[in-house]
Amino acid sequence: MLTNRKFYIAGFIVSLFLAGVVSFYASSSPDGLEKVAGDIGFIETAKDHTNADGTLADYGVKGIENERTSVGVAGIIGVIGTAVVAGVGFKLIARKPKRDVN
Amino acid sequence: MHIPDGFIDVQTSAVFAGLAAAGVAVSLKGARNQLDEKTAPLAGLTAVFIFAVQMLNFPVVAGTSGHLLGGALAAVLVGPWAATLALTVVLLMQGFLFADGGLTAIGLNVFNMGVLGVWAGYGIFLILRKVLPKNKSSISLAAAIGGLLSVPAAAIGFTIQYAMGATATFSVSAVLSAMVGTHVLIGIGEALITGLTVSAVLASRSDLVYGWKNNVQKLEIRSAD
Repeated sequence: MLTNRKFYIAGFIVSLFLAGVVSFYASSSPDGLEKVAGDIGFIETAKDHTNADGTLADYGVKGIENERTSVGVAGIIGVIGTAVVAGVGFKLIARKPKRDVN
Repeated sequence: MHIPDGFIDVQTSAVFAGLAAAGVAVSLKGARNQLDEKTAPLAGLTAVFIFAVQMLNFPVVAGTSGHLLGGALAAVLVGPWAATLALTVVLLMQGFLFADGGLTAIGLNVFNMGVLGVWAGYGIFLILRKVLPKNKSSISLAAAIGGLLSVPAAAIGFTIQYAMGATATFSVSAVLSAMVGTHVLIGIGEALITGLTVSAVLASRSDLVYGWKNNVQKLEIRSAD
């Protein structure tokens, strides 16, 4: 059994490593839905994303030329951002009031 | 599996945005009852891990890739309500920050991956947990099979949305068979990642795992009679 601290640090580091390093090696083939949409023909109906020109669009940081660095930094930003939003969100959800008024 | 803007018309997208919002509201209530200070951090870590692993597209057949959806994984680790919330956070981050999944399609995507994928995976997990021997390997196996089937379940969700409000006119049955066929294969990857992750968490902190814990608790109650 790992202590709480060790368990969460390990989980977070694994996530950072996957999003920051391993992500570069991910397959760039279309995913299942894209493939089906292309084969059947309705891919044409897709519209550009509202944020298609955003700083982090398509998991790359705008302005970073090196692809490995670009996707890695985008992944790390995503992991930290998700950790903040989900971490704070779940903490608030789990907070039990001391006295139940009802 | 992330639907872009344009595939599904605005009316149908709005219907599913409503359904997804209802799912999130129910999940907030459920998670509030179930999560405590001890389990809340695991729900946060689950969202983080799913975000990271969703970046890792793996090849399935020539020219096609897939990635983890994570609904069954999250449901087994932190319960189905927190799982829906974790997937919703991931999908919102992806849609707003990374331009992955259309903004008008967020309800469609939350419904397919965060509600349908979670509950299909969790339902299958519960059935298998009942019939399999009560040990940790069974929990991992049940989670893996739940993960496997949750992917075609989400693909069927898309097909229903396509049938209701596609902007294209290709036949629904062609979409159904292509979506299910492709996503059963992607489900094999989902099963492997789900099974391995659940067994790693069971090996290090089984006390935190929802799908194992409430199994053990039931056994304890019985033995105390």
